[in-house]
Amino acid sequence: MDSLSVIVNGISMGAIYGLIALGLTLIFGIMKIINFAHGALLMLSMMCSYWTWKYTGINPYLLIIMIAPVMFVIGYSTERFFIKPVLDAQKDVREPIAVLLLTAAFAIVLENLSLMLFGADYVMAKTTVTDATIAFGGVTLSAARFYALIIALVISGGFYLFLQYTELGRKLRSCGQDRNTASLMGIDVPKTFAIAFGIGTALLAVAAITLLPFYYVHPTVGNVFMTKAFIVVVLGGLGSVPGALLGGIIIGLIESIGAQYMTATLTTVIVYAIFLLILFIKPSGLFGSRLEW
Amino acid sequence: MIMKLLTIKNLNSGYGDIKVIKNVSLEINTGEIVSIVGANGAGKTTLLKTISGVIPAESGEIVFDGKRIEHLPPHMITDLGIIQVPEGRRIFPMFTVYENLLIGSVLPRTIKERKNNLERVFELLPRLAERKTQVGSTLSGGEQQMLAIGRALMGMPRILMLDEPSLGLSPKLVSTVFEIISKINSQGITVVLVEQNVKQALKLSQRAYVLENGMIALEGSAEKIINDPQVKKAYLGL
Repeated sequence: MDSLSVIVNGISMGAIYGLIALGLTLIFGIMKIINFAHGALLMLSMMCSYWTWKYTGINPYLLIIMIAPVMFVIGYSTERFFIKPVLDAQKDVREPIAVLLLTAAFAIVLENLSLMLFGADYVMAKTTVTDATIAFGGVTLSAARFYALIIALVISGGFYLFLQYTELGRKLRSCGQDRNTASLMGIDVPKTFAIAFGIGTALLAVAAITLLPFYYVHPTVGNVFMTKAFIVVVLGGLGSVPGALLGGIIIGLIESIGAQYMTATLTTVIVYAIFLLILFIKPSGLFGSRLEW
Repeated sequence: MIMKLLTIKNLNSGYGDIKVIKNVSLEINTGEIVSIVGANGAGKTTLLKTISGVIPAESGEIVFDGKRIEHLPPHMITDLGIIQVPEGRRIFPMFTVYENLLIGSVLPRTIKERKNNLERVFELLPRLAERKTQVGSTLSGGEQQMLAIGRALMGMPRILMLDEPSLGLSPKLVSTVFEIISKINSQGITVVLVEQNVKQALKLSQRAYVLENGMIALEGSAEKIINDPQVKKAYLGL
């Protein structure tokens, strides 16, 4: 592969990491909860997308309009019926550890349910996009990865604008800064939390669909992305939206360029080494600030 | 005719096992400025937080405009027009002045009137208009207090409850803030003022309650309270 397509591939994969991390950083930024079920919810989105594609044959990219609302409802209900009661019970606790354990348990349940229902096979949606390529002035790119990059950039940018300039975005950000004062403004904080969790989960549906044409789906696929999403979020600065995208692209580039010169294992070592180095220089992450929202 | 806007009967509340508010009863009439004064830890802030619904009432009644409200969540109490300017101003630090004002009017009831209210707030607090695009955390203490008041006005209060608005401000700014409160009241908004700055708060108010260890120790006209020998000794240093 020539160097330009290596870079574009790295950016494309990185943008998907960023997209996955976006939901994690949103849920953390607003609710101050680390959602350990994020990877499992990505897996669920991929499974839903895969099986819907398999039985209907609809173009995977069109599936976004179907799967994203479904995942929103799943995320919203998860918050409303499972997380909220625990959060309420730990209202006066500074670091609600029970919520953290709950999301971890939820991840295990989802993974094993998926194993039971779909089996442990690796499956992939071999669509017309899978093997297609796009030529750009002498550079040949995988079409699926190119579309993934475009979708990830558009969704991340749109999400940022949504948070900055809409009524709901402003409500979400105010809850992230000071939930008690937000409630004094007339904002229904528990409902806003459920919406945040729903949006974070719906963003996973988008990521799942961009991955579908070129990535294998299996019950533990979430773990691969979960670890990376954590690195990306911490690297970019917990709670930061531009940080998530930039952090994702950095990791994607390191992996893609590294893979040209060394084994995959060594690439991973380099990813962690650079991650530690950046944290050593800037412990709050690239865009990190205590008051991000 | 005197109309009761807010009535509290035998209210108890606190944090878990710690009882802070003990059997408090009080009344706020339409159009008044009522002060709630008392020493540090007397329960003034807890009382306001209980009225706002941030802390649940354990027992007792809070009646606003003929309706029981002690079981309502904070956002619904705000929607009724009981609006609090919290202690320490609590403006949103990452929001600009403008965004802070917008977040004060997110309810359907207020969102329709947003434009008019913005004009009104900028007229009353011209400093905010100058600082419109500045981020909240970079404002001075006095400006933050103005912003907190302006934000509360965006919510179109029927009762405005201010928790220690003079805290940490220079004497000159304290006078400015009290003047603003007086102007707001003259526009027909009922004001509940919680203060440690007893003398100035009492001067501004018609009536007052003195809170001690979570109980009402004294109540009556501001004039009566200011001349009470015990209050003079304990709070005014006279």
